[in-house]
Amino acid sequence: MVVRRVNARQHIDERSPMSESQTRPPSRLLRNLNAKIASIPMILTAVVVFAGGTAWTVLYSFTNSKLLPRLNFVGLDQYTRLWAAPRWLVSIENLLIYGVLSLIFSLVVGFVLAALLDQKIRFENTFRTIFLYPFALSFIVTGLVWQWLLNPEHGIQSVVRGLGWTSFSFDPLYNSEIVIYGILIAALWQGTGLVMCLMLAGLRGIDEDIWKAARVDGIPMWRTYLFIVIPMMRPVFVTTLVIIASGIVKVYDLVVAQTSGGPGIASEVPAKYVYDYMFFAQNLGQGFAASTMMLLSVVIVIVPWAYLEFGRRRRA
Amino acid sequence: MRVERAINASVSVRDLSLNFGAVQVLQALNLDIAEGEFVVLLGPSGCGKSTLLNCIAGLLDITDGRIFIKGRNVTWEEPKDRGIGMVFQSYALYPQMSVEKNLSFGLRVARLPKDEIAQRIARAAEILQIEQLLQRKPAALSGGQRQRVAIGRALVRDVDVFLFDEPLSNLDAKLRSELRVEIKLLHRRLQNTMIYVTHDQIEAMTLADRIAVMRGGVIQQFDAPQAIYNRPVNRFVAGFLGSPAMNFLEGQVEKDGPYLRFAADGLSVPLSTYAFADGAPPAPGAAALGIRPEHVSLNSGDGWPFSAQAVVEVVEPMGSDTLVWLKLAGQKFSVRMSSERAPQAGDQVTIGFDPMRASLFDAAGDRL
Amino acid sequence: MNIATKSPTIAADADGDTGPRGPKPKRTLSRRNIIVYGTLLVAAIYYLLPLYVMIVTSLKGMPEIRLGNIFSPPLEITFEPWIKAWSSACTGLNCDGLSRGFWNSVRITVPSVVLSIAIASVNGYALANWRFKGSEFFFTILIVGAFIPYQVMLYPIVIILREIGLYGSLSGLVIVHSIFGMPILTLLFRNYFTSMPEELFKAARVDGAGFWGIYLRIMLPMSLPIFVVAVIIQITGIWNDFLFGVVYTRPETYPMTVQLNNIVNSVQGVKEYNVNMAATLITGLVPLIVYFVSGKLFVRGIAAGAVKG
Repeated sequence: MVVRRVNARQHIDERSPMSESQTRPPSRLLRNLNAKIASIPMILTAVVVFAGGTAWTVLYSFTNSKLLPRLNFVGLDQYTRLWAAPRWLVSIENLLIYGVLSLIFSLVVGFVLAALLDQKIRFENTFRTIFLYPFALSFIVTGLVWQWLLNPEHGIQSVVRGLGWTSFSFDPLYNSEIVIYGILIAALWQGTGLVMCLMLAGLRGIDEDIWKAARVDGIPMWRTYLFIVIPMMRPVFVTTLVIIASGIVKVYDLVVAQTSGGPGIASEVPAKYVYDYMFFAQNLGQGFAASTMMLLSVVIVIVPWAYLEFGRRRRA
Repeated sequence: MRVERAINASVSVRDLSLNFGAVQVLQALNLDIAEGEFVVLLGPSGCGKSTLLNCIAGLLDITDGRIFIKGRNVTWEEPKDRGIGMVFQSYALYPQMSVEKNLSFGLRVARLPKDEIAQRIARAAEILQIEQLLQRKPAALSGGQRQRVAIGRALVRDVDVFLFDEPLSNLDAKLRSELRVEIKLLHRRLQNTMIYVTHDQIEAMTLADRIAVMRGGVIQQFDAPQAIYNRPVNRFVAGFLGSPAMNFLEGQVEKDGPYLRFAADGLSVPLSTYAFADGAPPAPGAAALGIRPEHVSLNSGDGWPFSAQAVVEVVEPMGSDTLVWLKLAGQKFSVRMSSERAPQAGDQVTIGFDPMRASLFDAAGDRL
Repeated sequence: MNIATKSPTIAADADGDTGPRGPKPKRTLSRRNIIVYGTLLVAAIYYLLPLYVMIVTSLKGMPEIRLGNIFSPPLEITFEPWIKAWSSACTGLNCDGLSRGFWNSVRITVPSVVLSIAIASVNGYALANWRFKGSEFFFTILIVGAFIPYQVMLYPIVIILREIGLYGSLSGLVIVHSIFGMPILTLLFRNYFTSMPEELFKAARVDGAGFWGIYLRIMLPMSLPIFVVAVIIQITGIWNDFLFGVVYTRPETYPMTVQLNNIVNSVQGVKEYNVNMAATLITGLVPLIVYFVSGKLFVRGIAAGAVKG
C-alpha cells in the first residue's frame, strides 16, 4: 500500500513540473477563465444592450433624428415638443389613472382573495387555478376577449338591456371619457391572480404561532390582519408593488388589442406613443425623448425603493 | 532546495494569511504536520479552522504565504493536484449518482483505467464495509452510511493527506462516537496524514496525536491533547477545553516570604509547588488561578497544600458523577466528585487542591 | 388548595353527564363560511366568464350571435369558425389563417427557450460558484436592466441586429428573447445554484472536475425542477410576446399574437366574432395547456419572478 502511494505521488509530480520552481502566480486574467468565457453573453447583454442601449437612446433623444438616427443636437427641443403634444399628455394622464387604480385594486383584490384562500377552505387549488389562469394568457388575448365582452351591441350592455333595463349603458370602449377604465377591467382580470399568488405566499410565510397567540388573546380576525399580519408582510407588499409598477409602465399590448388607442386618442399610453413615433411616424428623436421619459418615471419609482430596501439591509 | 522546505513534514503551512476584504481571517499562520500524524484543528465557530483546511485543500485562494504537501509547494495548484482527499460535514455526496459512481467520479474524471477503478473501489468498500451499498443512491442511506461513503471517496483517490471538515457534526451522539472509533481505526490501518477540523473537544481529545487550538485566525497552542489539557498556554485554551469548564478565581500574585502566593478575597493559595512557565517566578501582579473541577477534592480530610471552607449552592447530579457548585472568595466555583459522597445544597464543606495542578494566568491571559 | 375546593364541582359535572363533551359541533352554513365561499364564488365567476364567453361564441354561427346574447349556450354547435380561424382567416393580403402564425411562433419559441435557458443557467452557475472580479457588477447591471422599459432599448437593438444582418429574421428575434429573458432566468438559476450545498461543489473540485465538468455532471442532473420552471416561464412569456414580434420580424414571419391581433382588428370586411374568438382561443391554448399541466410549478415560477425585487 505504501508503494502505491509513492507511485501516486510520482504521477502527480510528472504532470505538474512546477513544484518548487514556481515563482509567479498564474495570470489574474486567466484564472477562472472558463467562468469568464461562459459569462460573455451576460456581460455583452448587460454592458452593450442594457447599459449601452439605454445611454444611446438617452443621447439621441437630444437630436432631431427623423427616419434615421443622426447626431444633430437640438437640446431639449424634442422634450418641449413632447410635452406640448396633446397625444402625449393624454397618454400620461391615462397612465396615471390606470397606474394608480390598478395598483390599488390589484393590491386590495389580490390580498382579499389570498386571505380568503388562506382560511383553510376546501377546493383551494381549484379556486387558485381559476384566479391565476388569465395570467398565463397573452395581453393580446385578454384585450380581444374584453373587447368582445364590452362590445355594446352584443356584450354585457346588450345582455343587461335584454333583461329589461333598457336604459342601461356600459360601453367603456366607445366612450372616450371612461375608455381607460375598460382597459383597467381587463388588466385587473389578467393581473390580480399574480398578486393573489404573491400575497398567498406571504401569508403562508407568517408564523402559525402569531395566529394562535391572536386567538388566545381574543383579537378579532380583521384586526389581526390589519394590525399584525399586514405590517409583517411589508416586504411582500413592497416587492409586489414594484412588480406591478414596472408592469404598468410597460403596458402596450393590451391597449393595442383592445382599443388601438381609440376612440380617437382617448386610450393612448406612453409605450404606444414611443412605438408609433419610432416605427410609423419616422420621428425617431420624438420616440427617443418619450422613451427617456418612461425611463425617468421608472427611475422615480425604483430608486427610492432600492434605497429603502438595500440601504436598510446594509445598515442591518 | 530551499531552507523553508520542510523535509520531514507531510503538510507545512508557512506564514499563511487570508483576508476577506478588510477582515483578516487567518494571520501569518504556521503549521507543520508530520508524516502519518493525526492533527485536529479545534476552536469555536468562526475561529478560522475550516478556512485553514479549505486553504490547504486549495478551495480558497490565499492572500499570502505558502503551503507544502509532501515537500512540494502546492500553493497555486488545483485541489485535485495536491494529493488530498476531503470529507465534508454534509457528506456532499452527489445525489443523482449511486454509491459506486460517487466513489469513482474523481477517478473517471482523471480517466483512470476501468480495472484500476474497480480495484480501488473494491478495496475502499472492503475497508469501510459498504460493499452491499454500492448500487444504492445516497438518499437511500443512513447518515452513518453516507459518511462512510464520503470517507470512501477520499480513500479511493489514494492520496497522501486526508482532510476532514467536521465530518461527524451532522450525526447523532451515538453514531458520532461509533464513527469516531472507526476513523481512529482507519488511521491506524492506513497511516496517512490526517487533518481533522472540529469544534467538539471530545473528538479532538480522543482522535488527535496533536491538537491545534485556534481562535481569531491564530493558532493558540499546538501540542499533544494531554499537554493542552493540563498545561494550557492561555486562559482561552484553558476555558475552551474541559467540560465542565475550568474554574477561574480572580486575584493577584503576591510575595510570601521566599515564595509567591495567590491571594483572592481572603483566600491564600501557596505557590511553592507550582511550576511557572518560564521556570522563574514572575513579578507580583493581577492574575487568575484556574483549576479543573475534577482536580478539587471535597471533604476529603487534611493534607492538601490548600484548603478552604465554602457553602454549597447547587448540586447537579450527572449520572456517573456529580457537579457541586459553591461560592469561593465570592466567586462561582465547581467541584466534580462521585455521586455517593455528594453534599446537599446549603451544606458547609471543606475543599482542597494541589496548586501544582492549577494554571495561573496573568492579566493578559497568558500562562504564568 | 384550589384543587381541593374545585374538585367536587368537577365530580358533579362528570357524574351528571352534563355539559359539552366530545368534538365541538361544526356548522357548515356558518355566517363566516357563507361570506368566504360566497365571495370566492363571485370572484371565480368573474375570472371564468371571459373564458366561457370565448368558448361559447367560437361555437356559434354568426346569425345566432347577432340575435342572441353572448352568455347563452350555442343552440347549434359548429366548428366552422375554428376551421376558418386556423386555415383561412385573412390578414391583409394573405388568407391562410392563424396556422402560419402558429408555426412561426413554434419556430420562435423552441429555439428561444433552449438558447435563453442554456445561457442563463450557465450564467447563474458561474455567478453562484465561480465568481470572478466584476461578476457581481455585471449581474447588477443585468438585474437593473430588467426594470428598464423595453421601449428604451428597442431601437438600439434594431441597429445591433441590422449590423449583424439578423434584423427581421427569426434568429434575430430568438436573440432578442434570449437577451430579455436573461435577467430573470439568470437570477432564478443563480439563486438555485447558490442554495445548493457548497460542499458538493468543493467535493467535485477535489475530485478534479472543472467548470464544465461540474456543470454538466453534477449541477445539471441535480437541478431538473428549476429547468422545468424556467421552461414554463419562457414558453408562456415568449409565446405571449407581442412587442418584440411586431418590432423585429417581417409580416411573413409574424408570431401568432401579432397575427391574431391583425386578424381581429382588421378593419376590412364584416366582423366575424365567432372566428375572432376561435382565433383568440387557439392562440391562448398553448400557454393555457402549459398552465394547467404544470400546476404547482407555474406558481413556483411566479414566486421566482417575485424574487426579482
